[in-house]
Amino acid sequence: MNNIVQDDFYLEEDTQKDKYLIFNLGNEFYGIEIKNVIEIIGMQPITPVPELPEYINGIINLRGKIIPVMDVRTRFKMPKIEYDDRTCIIVVDVDDISIGLIVDIVAEVITIEEENIVLPPENTRKYNRYIKGIGKLNNEVRLLLDCHKLLTEDELESLESVEEALE
Amino acid sequence: MSMNYSGDSLLGMFLFETTQLLEQLEESILNTEHTSSFTQEDINEIFRIMHTIKGSAAMMQYHNVSKLAHALEDLFDYLRSEENVEIDYSALTDLVFANVDFINEQIGKIEEGATEDDDATELINANRDFLAKIKNEDKGQSSSGEANASGNGKAGDGLQAEKNANFKYSYKATIYFSEGCEMENIRAFGIINNLEEVAGDIKHIPEDLMASEAAEEIKSSGFRFVFNSNCTYVDIHQLLMQTIFLKELELEQVDTSGEAKSDSKTLEANQSQASNVEKNQEATMASDVKKGQEDTTRQKQAQRQRPNLTHQSIISVPVEKLDKLMDLMGEFVISEAMVTQNPDLVGLELPNFEKSALQLKKITKELQEVVMSIRMVPLSATFNKMKRIVRDMGKKLDKEVTLTILGEETEVDKNIIEHISDPLMHLVRNALDHGLETKEDRIKAGKPAVGNIKLEAKNVGSDVLIIVQDDGKGINKDSIIRKAKEKGLLKRPVESMSDKDIFNLILLPGFSTNENVTEYSGRGVGMDVVTKGIEAIGGSVSIDSIEHVGTAFTMKIPLTLAIVDGMNVSVGESIYTIPTMNIKEFFKPVLEDIIIDPDKNEMVIVRGECYPILRLHNAFKVDTDVTDFEDGIFIIVKHDQHTICLFVDRLIGQQQIVVKALPEYILRSKRVKGLAGCTLLGDGSISLIIDVSGLNDLL
Repeated sequence: MNNIVQDDFYLEEDTQKDKYLIFNLGNEFYGIEIKNVIEIIGMQPITPVPELPEYINGIINLRGKIIPVMDVRTRFKMPKIEYDDRTCIIVVDVDDISIGLIVDIVAEVITIEEENIVLPPENTRKYNRYIKGIGKLNNEVRLLLDCHKLLTEDELESLESVEEALE
Repeated sequence: MSMNYSGDSLLGMFLFETTQLLEQLEESILNTEHTSSFTQEDINEIFRIMHTIKGSAAMMQYHNVSKLAHALEDLFDYLRSEENVEIDYSALTDLVFANVDFINEQIGKIEEGATEDDDATELINANRDFLAKIKNEDKGQSSSGEANASGNGKAGDGLQAEKNANFKYSYKATIYFSEGCEMENIRAFGIINNLEEVAGDIKHIPEDLMASEAAEEIKSSGFRFVFNSNCTYVDIHQLLMQTIFLKELELEQVDTSGEAKSDSKTLEANQSQASNVEKNQEATMASDVKKGQEDTTRQKQAQRQRPNLTHQSIISVPVEKLDKLMDLMGEFVISEAMVTQNPDLVGLELPNFEKSALQLKKITKELQEVVMSIRMVPLSATFNKMKRIVRDMGKKLDKEVTLTILGEETEVDKNIIEHISDPLMHLVRNALDHGLETKEDRIKAGKPAVGNIKLEAKNVGSDVLIIVQDDGKGINKDSIIRKAKEKGLLKRPVESMSDKDIFNLILLPGFSTNENVTEYSGRGVGMDVVTKGIEAIGGSVSIDSIEHVGTAFTMKIPLTLAIVDGMNVSVGESIYTIPTMNIKEFFKPVLEDIIIDPDKNEMVIVRGECYPILRLHNAFKVDTDVTDFEDGIFIIVKHDQHTICLFVDRLIGQQQIVVKALPEYILRSKRVKGLAGCTLLGDGSISLIIDVSGLNDLL
């Protein structure tokens, strides 16, 4: 009986393999691994929380569960735009932490085979550390995000800002 | 992997069961203290409990526990078989408690993942010495006792002697385990292990229990075994019924020629078990002529099995699951309101919808009540712990005390129970140590020599009162005032203080009236530990006392931590909730009362007292149009000794709120000052709960 369950488990893993949810920020296409995505919801009223980094807009109520929401544009230091009907919140779960990501438009779910993914160029890695890889799809490219880093790179950033301030 | 898992659950089961058995044991021993003697029934129960612990500990390879349980079992087996043994009752209970404590300690270690490595030899020897002692005293009466004593010192020899003799009865049994209980072969091994105590010539199918196919075979065709024993059908049946995960038991008595007895019965391990036991008992009683005393014992044993049955229908659930259920429940209530009061329905005539909506509302409400009640636990377990403390301390301090417990069935939230255990223990110790006088003093004062401590719980509105009352010497006001002066704790003139104010001085940090530090109390930490612990869960402590008559400590605690009364206030677009227990008052500011010092710190004077003003919109950086004091409202909040005046836009109203923690991500990224959590409002929006104790840092 256990075997069946495990098979099922692997099957599910398999169906998620190489699949990416693609969304837009401006003209750029980004992808995140589908296994991290819990659901996609429309824009919600956000409750601001004091003393948070600028890119965390506040918290929302997701059916009784309170989760923080991050404006990915602000996180990437892109100019802010007005939220509209197409603005979406992608709820992701990374290491048991749920967070909502505010993006311009959610586009589609695509499969990018592993061999079509290349690492970002070495010399720019310092600046786009949230990019895990660049996926090639026909003639276009998709920037694949590292959800984990998106959530946990704060300490690094705050350290750097302190250093900058010292200089 | 599946083996690991079931091993864990087996360990969990062992820990759970043993803990429960020990609690049961402790309680029944405490109950016997009134009469200062063990009835046959008590001895049987202790024997049975020790026997079970021995068996399951041996099965789990915890040899120290098993050996100790064995030694105690031997002792009680002797007491069980020898009637009218003269025993030093209090020495025996002390010994049993020492054993219980040791096993409890080992269980604790096992739970924490450590090995149970403490040596039990000392206690085992103590048990044996005690056994040898009572045997010696009993020498003249029983020759078999003497013979045993000369053996290796175990009373179990009595059983062994029995074993070697010709057995009176033969039995044939088949046991089926509940589906999915796993490791059937190990469980079967446990049964055989238990049986070996009272039976011989045991043969079982499958023969090799350690073989890998054994579990499968037992699963499909049951565990079959035959054995000979001197015990009666009922005894054997009872022994076998104790098996964990037992689904069905078939037990037949076979006479020596091998034919099954005509009245053999198939018993199922279901609700009808107790009545079946009684039926069997009648059959046995008809065939055997028994002493009246034994009969009553049997009946009582049969009765005692019934509560055990209710035990089996209890499951333990992780608290996180309950929290999740409560979250969903809250959301469900909001959704229900959103559907039934949907703006789209306004102005429509929908009689059928209205009817269904009403039904939904009723069910929702009932469901909510049930969900809330799941977390509620009766106080009885916490109160029962106090029995032991009172007993031990009473002995050490040579004070005779009776503990009266009232309202132990009162239910409070599980979290709260965890928080009140220590303060309660402190209060009970205090009552015993400082409250009650010594025997001589009591007699001198014309009181009964035996002191009385009353532990009472009762519901008052949304609070629970827990009262610890003693009939001791009461509190001497003068000595408190003197002491408070010495320690510089007196802030007001004595004349203006009421009795309550004076008693409350005891609760201040750094106050401890007893000069002599004893083992139990007066270690300098004093009563403020109690106050702190109770205040941490939003409760309060008050003291009533009459000198020479007694003292009562009353703890007022909320029913649940998860729900608090809160005042919603708005600042700009945001809504914040302030716990009502922190709010002292609110009022419209009068400009004349406001002072601004040269550092631009704003303060307000209320009835001669000066409080700092905290503009919430500044503290939390919220945009609002209300920046002039005249447009908003002041709220005076207090926590511990700090009082702050908050400036907010306006009050919205009071409501009961369900406290939720802020998301972990936010807690991790930065320590948010001044916020205790968040809550959902009736319309599904979020309000942030203000942590008054943290506001001081924002000033």
